Amino acid sequence: MSGRAENLPPAAEVVETALEQAGGEGCIVLVEDTSEAEVRFANNTTTTNGVRRDRRVTVISLQASGGGTSAGVARRAGPADLAELVAAAERDAAGSPPAEDASPLLTRAEAAGPSGDFGAPPVLTHLSVLSDVLTGLAEAFDKAKKEDRVLAGFAEHRQSTVSLGTSTGVRLRHTQPTGSLQLVARSADGTRSAWTGAGTADFSDVTIEAMDERLTRRLGWAERRIELPEGRYEVVAPPEAVADLMIYLLESASGQEAEEGRTVFSKKGGGTRVGDTLAPLPYELRSDPAEAGLQCAPFLTTAMSGPDDSVFDNGLPLGRTTWLEDGRLERLRYHRARAALSHAPVAAPIDNLVLELPGAEGSLDDLVARTERGLLLTCLWYIREVDPATLLLTGLTRDGVYLVEHGEVVGAVNNFRFNESPVDFLGRATEAGTTVRAIGREFGEWYNQTAMPPLRVHDFNMSSVSPAS
Amino acid sequence: MTDLSDPEQVSRVHEAALHRAGELGCRQAEVRVERIRSQAVRLRDGRLETAADDLEVGVGLRVVHDGSIGFAATVAPTAEAAAELADEAVAAARATSVALGRLVELADEPPHGDVTWSSPYTTDPADVPLADKVALLEQWSRRLLDAPGVDHVTAGVLAVSEDKAYADLAGTVARQHRVRIHPVVEALALDADGGFETMRTLAPPVGRGWEYLHGDGWDFEGELAQVPELLAAKLAAPSVEPGRYDLVIDPTNLWLTIHESIGHATELDRAMGYEAAYAGTSFATFDQLNELRYGSPVMHVVGDRTTEHGLATVAIDDEGVAGQSFDIVRDGVLVGYQLDRTIAAAMGFARSNGCAYADSPLHVPIQRMANVSLQPGAGEGPTTEELLGGVERGIYILGDKSWSIDMQRYNFQFTGQRFFRIEGGKLAGQLRDVAYQATTTDFWGSMEAVGGRSTYLLGGAFNCGKGQPGQVAPVSHGCPAVLVRDVRILNAKAESGR
Repeated sequence: MSGRAENLPPAAEVVETALEQAGGEGCIVLVEDTSEAEVRFANNTTTTNGVRRDRRVTVISLQASGGGTSAGVARRAGPADLAELVAAAERDAAGSPPAEDASPLLTRAEAAGPSGDFGAPPVLTHLSVLSDVLTGLAEAFDKAKKEDRVLAGFAEHRQSTVSLGTSTGVRLRHTQPTGSLQLVARSADGTRSAWTGAGTADFSDVTIEAMDERLTRRLGWAERRIELPEGRYEVVAPPEAVADLMIYLLESASGQEAEEGRTVFSKKGGGTRVGDTLAPLPYELRSDPAEAGLQCAPFLTTAMSGPDDSVFDNGLPLGRTTWLEDGRLERLRYHRARAALSHAPVAAPIDNLVLELPGAEGSLDDLVARTERGLLLTCLWYIREVDPATLLLTGLTRDGVYLVEHGEVVGAVNNFRFNESPVDFLGRATEAGTTVRAIGREFGEWYNQTAMPPLRVHDFNMSSVSPAS
Repeated sequence: MTDLSDPEQVSRVHEAALHRAGELGCRQAEVRVERIRSQAVRLRDGRLETAADDLEVGVGLRVVHDGSIGFAATVAPTAEAAAELADEAVAAARATSVALGRLVELADEPPHGDVTWSSPYTTDPADVPLADKVALLEQWSRRLLDAPGVDHVTAGVLAVSEDKAYADLAGTVARQHRVRIHPVVEALALDADGGFETMRTLAPPVGRGWEYLHGDGWDFEGELAQVPELLAAKLAAPSVEPGRYDLVIDPTNLWLTIHESIGHATELDRAMGYEAAYAGTSFATFDQLNELRYGSPVMHVVGDRTTEHGLATVAIDDEGVAGQSFDIVRDGVLVGYQLDRTIAAAMGFARSNGCAYADSPLHVPIQRMANVSLQPGAGEGPTTEELLGGVERGIYILGDKSWSIDMQRYNFQFTGQRFFRIEGGKLAGQLRDVAYQATTTDFWGSMEAVGGRSTYLLGGAFNCGKGQPGQVAPVSHGCPAVLVRDVRILNAKAESGR
């Protein structure tokens, strides 16, 4: 990997050169260097495996227009022709009306403080990061074949280094390591399956052996099969399932769209539901770049404006942001320009999410042990929005639903299609366990850094039975 | 830096990668040099919110070395970097061979020599200035915002211009240029009770150029003129009574049902468990080939990588296989699968039917969907009106919205953009909050009639997801309007318990 990395000019040099070439009212340059290694496997064999090196250079040009400021954004991969790139961004800025999200660029003093060695080369990964995984897989495949099980899954590791420079003197750099390991075990006849997954920064805290043991236990639970009809059930949702629902909730927390009356966070008669109690339990839902074990960039980088994100806000310091506090909606997402218009606090996206019930203790197994009768879920899948007004989502249970009676798992149940709103889901939760790092099956690919508790939720709407196994 | 518009320079990159792969003992190797221009423009209430202009350039090399696959990719498209890719891809193949349980083979494919191909279009969207794009979307937005009852409008267009230069050790060299575009306009109306409804244009994404937005392939002017009135009627419409209904489904909705319940279910890599950890498997298992009753006898489904304006249309796929057309369901029975060279060889097929694709030079090719289309009835009829005439109590559904299906492609749930009550064979006003839910074989088994050629439309999407790391593929699905009996209808509001 290192050889080709040297074919690309240093990110700091790219930033300075592009800024020198840029004219207009201002300029922002982002260089994103990404290095990835991955191993995919199925049917007890490795399948597609590889390494890749990516670089994206984004130039955002700002031009005076029509009494305001317009922005032009152009992005190129690899050893970009910076003169062409700057010209493309300036051409698009000249062809654009004044930006609705325009704000003065942050100064060096206003942006996040010194962050990293701006001139350092990007951090790269290598397939050797996954060598223990590969060794573990070879052993696990042998064991699985002997026990009539079939393993499938994916391991990936990524190092992403972002360098940000602006014409107002901001120079920031951040490297984010992310990784994940997912494992599915199925019985050879395909009638039983189980999944587990974990997020990790460096694979030192996950092993194939431990994950395989967990799945073997669950396949054992599934040796007794119980058919249950559609209906509303008490469920014990593991942190992985909670993560997917909370990610969707946060992604729906646009301040502007709530004000427009088009989301679950819109207040009847106008305005937003900020301040409303959404859940009787005093949850905290937060994002924090300094969150232990889930550290992420302490400043904003974005190559695209949207209802809540603004290219003008690049370099914005990010701190602990509480979305729910004491079960009450505390914040919606706003970029600076819209926040000023709405007299709301700025709340930019942060690359982690934590749900916690203060004082709650207990593992998933502890919640199961305290369950009189209910369904233990494994994960949720194919989650899509049905009704934005209620944030009703549909989706399916996958790779293991288990009936719990008198504190013990008594067998595996058929899968279900659910129709549920994450807002109502939180509102109907009666018990939470300890918050732990967990990766969502559906959205964990894009939102790797989440920590959630297991939850007990009554009247979970299993709308129909799925014959899938 | 390599000029990707210069065939000689691209050839040097090809040659460097393949030569080195051959030196390292690879029996098969394929290299792709790609240049993908993607543009996204989005307006909110007539004001520009997002404009992005992205150019991805890179080289990807896949090798089969001693029965193990290795892949390496870089954004540095030089001959020197390409040669290094061969070393890295072989190193990856070696490293992962410790856990290799089955040697990989590729099904044979004859070399096709030099192939040059372009999708049909008049104006490459990448050549249209941003100002012109914004101006047209502004005009469309303003037109809707000026209409009574419309409170908010979003309008956007996604456009992709893709150049792919492929070469393999067998001797196929393919230079292909594809253009695709997807304009979307959505209007929103609020009611006095704090509720709201939306209405989106039904125009599908297509393999056409900027001319599509000016009437070549879709009547945007006509559709935009209808949206405010349709939206107002929807806002005032009654909420659907849950139950079982006969459905007449328009191609603007049905394409997505085909995609999820037929397209993905008949990918043989899924059926054989190679997507078990992510996209899922399939109820249509290989042992049921030529036996599974997929649907009613009027069901005839074709996989096709040659469809004009199709989003998955190519001359040569990303494993060097020529684009083909093949039956998947005939007379309601499963008769074929979508294949790439790996799964074709593993399952004893003589040849792949050309369904390999990588969405980026930085991603390895995997089996992806052809344009999978439900064939219309013979001749011109029946028309949509004739299908509606066969329904005493039912719902006519147009446009796609929410979609979800389980990991074996049994249980699905879809909503839509427009729902009209059918009473006595006639449309009787709109309904709200409709979702239909069924099991795949029950649904297609209840398809009583397919419309004629006059009802046929090519729908599709840019964002079909599969694989790890995730890849998105563009794909089209053609179909006629259909009549399906006795389908479960849910009320979305009632499902939320409100």
